Amino acid sequence: MRIAVLALQGAFIEHEQVLQRLGVESFEVRQKKDWLQKKDGLILPGGESTVQMRLLRELDLLEPVRQSIREGLPVFGTCAGMILLSEGHLGTMDIRVRRNAYGRQLGSFNAVGKVAEVGDDIPMTFIRAPYIEDILSDKCRSLAEVNGHIVAARQGKQLAAAFHPELTSDDRMHRYFIQLTS
Amino acid sequence: METNRQDLNRQLAQMLKGGVIMDVTTPEQARIAEAAGACAVMALERIPADIRAAGGVSRMSDPKMIRGIQEAVSIPVMAKCRIGHIAEAQILEAIEIDYIDESEVLSPADNIYHIDKTKFKVPFVCGAKNLGEALRRIAEGATMIRTKGEPGTGDVVQAVSHMRLMQSEIRRLVGMSEDELYEAAKQLQAPYELVRYVHENGKLPVVNFAAGGVATPADAALMMQLGAEGVFVGSGIFKSGNPAKRAAAIVQAVTNYKDAKLLAELSEDLGEAMVGINEHEIELLMAERGK
Repeated sequence: MRIAVLALQGAFIEHEQVLQRLGVESFEVRQKKDWLQKKDGLILPGGESTVQMRLLRELDLLEPVRQSIREGLPVFGTCAGMILLSEGHLGTMDIRVRRNAYGRQLGSFNAVGKVAEVGDDIPMTFIRAPYIEDILSDKCRSLAEVNGHIVAARQGKQLAAAFHPELTSDDRMHRYFIQLTS
Repeated sequence: METNRQDLNRQLAQMLKGGVIMDVTTPEQARIAEAAGACAVMALERIPADIRAAGGVSRMSDPKMIRGIQEAVSIPVMAKCRIGHIAEAQILEAIEIDYIDESEVLSPADNIYHIDKTKFKVPFVCGAKNLGEALRRIAEGATMIRTKGEPGTGDVVQAVSHMRLMQSEIRRLVGMSEDELYEAAKQLQAPYELVRYVHENGKLPVVNFAAGGVATPADAALMMQLGAEGVFVGSGIFKSGNPAKRAAAIVQAVTNYKDAKLLAELSEDLGEAMVGINEHEIELLMAERGK
């Protein structure tokens, strides 16, 4: 099992560390030649989605990544990564996402909640976070809500979270994603 | 679950890693920076090079001007307050700035005390030119560190020496035996707990960016290779011939900082670089402010 971690900008090392704890091999994707390696899944980390989108385009990664996901490559996007999966970006998940949905940094917060298919009492770290405004097809399923807003969803082998499981010691979200890849 | 501001603020800095934070003075420049791939912008009335040229007392920017920039972009907006100026920091918190830079680029308001940053909800980044300064700022509540460099010069030499010094001091701590750490803390004039953290983890407990004098994609790649987790570019962009192109090139250089072939392409046709002034030509060493 080998997981690609998009390493253009943001908190990608944190994901690599979780995978390492779980005994899963990973590699960084910084340009097209990295992407050509064999992989069983892809993680899209947190960071700034505007930066990551621009770099995906400039480095000619946008179309190859989109195509692989459409062809069934399992993918896990957190925060900015969730935005990348949404309508108007990679657009592989049928979700409409509101960026900076909780406002500026003073609106960042912690919560604990249930994530369907994953478990109860999952610690959630929201940092200038987005949420899912709308699910656009019945292929996509909401997995979690916080304060009445959807903060996690799954569509086939695509998993998205508005929060940052990679910043906590609870690795259930990652383990769930690893299950999806096998 | 209780919200831990200190952790959330450190974590916002983690999200900025691998990115470029650009100084901007107008909403128009902020939009150029965002489109070029800045992961955040620093809103200020005058970029450091012009602060140097103008002389006199340099203060926090007009909140109205900062608000204009907040409205223009969707990425985090930072702003500077003077070292020790508690009230300026409170004003920046009141307008919900995403990060305050308690900065030596402005004229210090207090020659002894820095702001007690633990009293604020909003995060702070502070400059440091060695490990002791970095750990003192973290003890005061800074959740992100940057090298001081020598701002507004277009000369990267100071940022390089600050980053190199910090990294070598970190390596020295890592190699120490536990009973040597107490003396090390005394010499560094930093709290023992933070010294111990560095000894055990081989890094600062917060994100560490490079700043001061970065003007080219090669400068940015150099700082990343020396251990910076991201880069601030102040005067280097909007004092150059083609800001949009240079900014985009620096953003790419930070992502692929080890790929010399790509760096060569990125360095082509960027137009005129910031003119720059050498270290020995400088009358005012901003890095000596606030230790």
